Amino acid sequence: MKKNSSLSIILKGILFENPVFILVLGTCPTLATTTGVVGAVSMGLAAMAVLICSNFVISLLRKLIPDTVRIPCYIIIIAGFVTIVEMLIHAFLPDIYEMLGVYLALITVNCIILGRAEMFASKNSVGKSVLDGVGMGLGFTAALFMISTVREVLGAASFAGIPITFLEPYKIEIFVKAPGGMLVYGFMIALVFVITQGKGPKKKSFSCEGCPSASLCRKGQTGEGCDSQKEVA
Amino acid sequence: MSQLHVSASPHIHSGNSTSGIMRDVLIALLPTTLAGVIIFGWRALLVLLVSVGSAVGFEALWQWLLKKDQTITDLSAAVTGLLLGLNLPANIPLWQVVIGNLFAIIVVKCLFGGLGCNLVNPAITGRVFMLVSFGSLVKNAFPVGVDATTSATPLGTLAAGGTVSYADLFLGNVGGAIGETCKLALLIGFVYLLVRRVITWHLPVVFIASSFVLTFLFNGFDLNAAALMTLSGGLFIGAIFMATDYVTSPATAWGKVVFAVGAALITVMVRLWGNYPEGVSYGILLMNILTPYIETWTRHKRFGEVKKA
Repeated sequence: MKKNSSLSIILKGILFENPVFILVLGTCPTLATTTGVVGAVSMGLAAMAVLICSNFVISLLRKLIPDTVRIPCYIIIIAGFVTIVEMLIHAFLPDIYEMLGVYLALITVNCIILGRAEMFASKNSVGKSVLDGVGMGLGFTAALFMISTVREVLGAASFAGIPITFLEPYKIEIFVKAPGGMLVYGFMIALVFVITQGKGPKKKSFSCEGCPSASLCRKGQTGEGCDSQKEVA
Repeated sequence: MSQLHVSASPHIHSGNSTSGIMRDVLIALLPTTLAGVIIFGWRALLVLLVSVGSAVGFEALWQWLLKKDQTITDLSAAVTGLLLGLNLPANIPLWQVVIGNLFAIIVVKCLFGGLGCNLVNPAITGRVFMLVSFGSLVKNAFPVGVDATTSATPLGTLAAGGTVSYADLFLGNVGGAIGETCKLALLIGFVYLLVRRVITWHLPVVFIASSFVLTFLFNGFDLNAAALMTLSGGLFIGAIFMATDYVTSPATAWGKVVFAVGAALITVMVRLWGNYPEGVSYGILLMNILTPYIETWTRHKRFGEVKKA
């Protein structure tokens, strides 16, 4: 597979640079909306829509936005798209709107979207940025789907709202509560780490330019860059 | 001795071993186990057997799957299983006992690196896991043995404004978990542990005493109610057997005191103002997490150390 082919940009978002399991971004919606499969997948798709649009616009404007005020600019662009998505969902899917509640508006501060703007869209062409948005969005949705499936089946004995009757007496309620979300998330990270170890790029480095924490990070000050496998582990 | 060995200190060994200490804890739990079986009947014994069996089984399975040295002979898994079982009501479904032990042994202990590396006490965390997961079942505990008339736990009765007699509370003739009701048996175990010098008196005594004082202070200066609440619930088994776990409690005497007061504070707050009737598990669990900080805070001064200006 060529390193920067369109397909590899999409695929890396799904597994080897999965925003939730490898980059550990967007933790808040991951824990909050995964109590049920329906809510989790809607959250994933809504975030994906925002991500694609914001990656597109930010990549388009990447030469115009001054470096010093880039974060406010990104946030305004992202907030604009979130408002559009929120209004559309409110108008056409009121049930989903009720279910996601405040987390829909909170997509604005979802780390995945700002993270991809910083890490990818601000440095790459429009086409690649849109593909990155698709890949990362799919990765996010897939991660939410996996976590919510485990939580809903074990904790509520149902799948996407459909009750699984033979599991009904064996519900383990902790899985639909907050600690259960943390537990399942941790196990999934471990699982994905086992799957990707050795198969992923041998030594991935994120460069420090454009990293929001570079000024706070020891490696950022020396300019070494993160060895992502180690950092994530 | 034909050879001289040169090795780093310490050179004097007390002869204590993990399995020896764990065996002492098991012996100390024997009166409690007997009392539980007498009070709650054969069903209690079944719960305990399933609990110990599944705890040891899961540890053996984990070590076998990961091709590590078998560690079940140090008896720590058996202690975890027995303690968890003693903290469950006798009428609990057996599959829940197995799930609780799965969590206690695999998630809390083995995933963190086995005995000595666990952050929190496996038995107490297993109990909290079950309390959160199967809350309704743990709360509706009732004795199924000789005395089936008491349906609520003493803490539930007290919360509802009822009264419980001291003799019943002390001898364990009340509702609750298998091992938590008979204070007499628990105290016999405590004395055995003290005599065998497995634990020191600090943690249990300070834990129970400060629970009493705090209940007295926060609950309207009522001596009788404070005494009843101190004798109720899992305070004694928690203070004597769960909080004193070597791995998850501070090593210094002052650290133990801080741990005990903190755990008592959380226990009393949950009991008086929380949603759950019983807070001992949460008190111990939260203080387990703070243990590394307490240890740093109460570290012994090194011999010859001078205070930094």
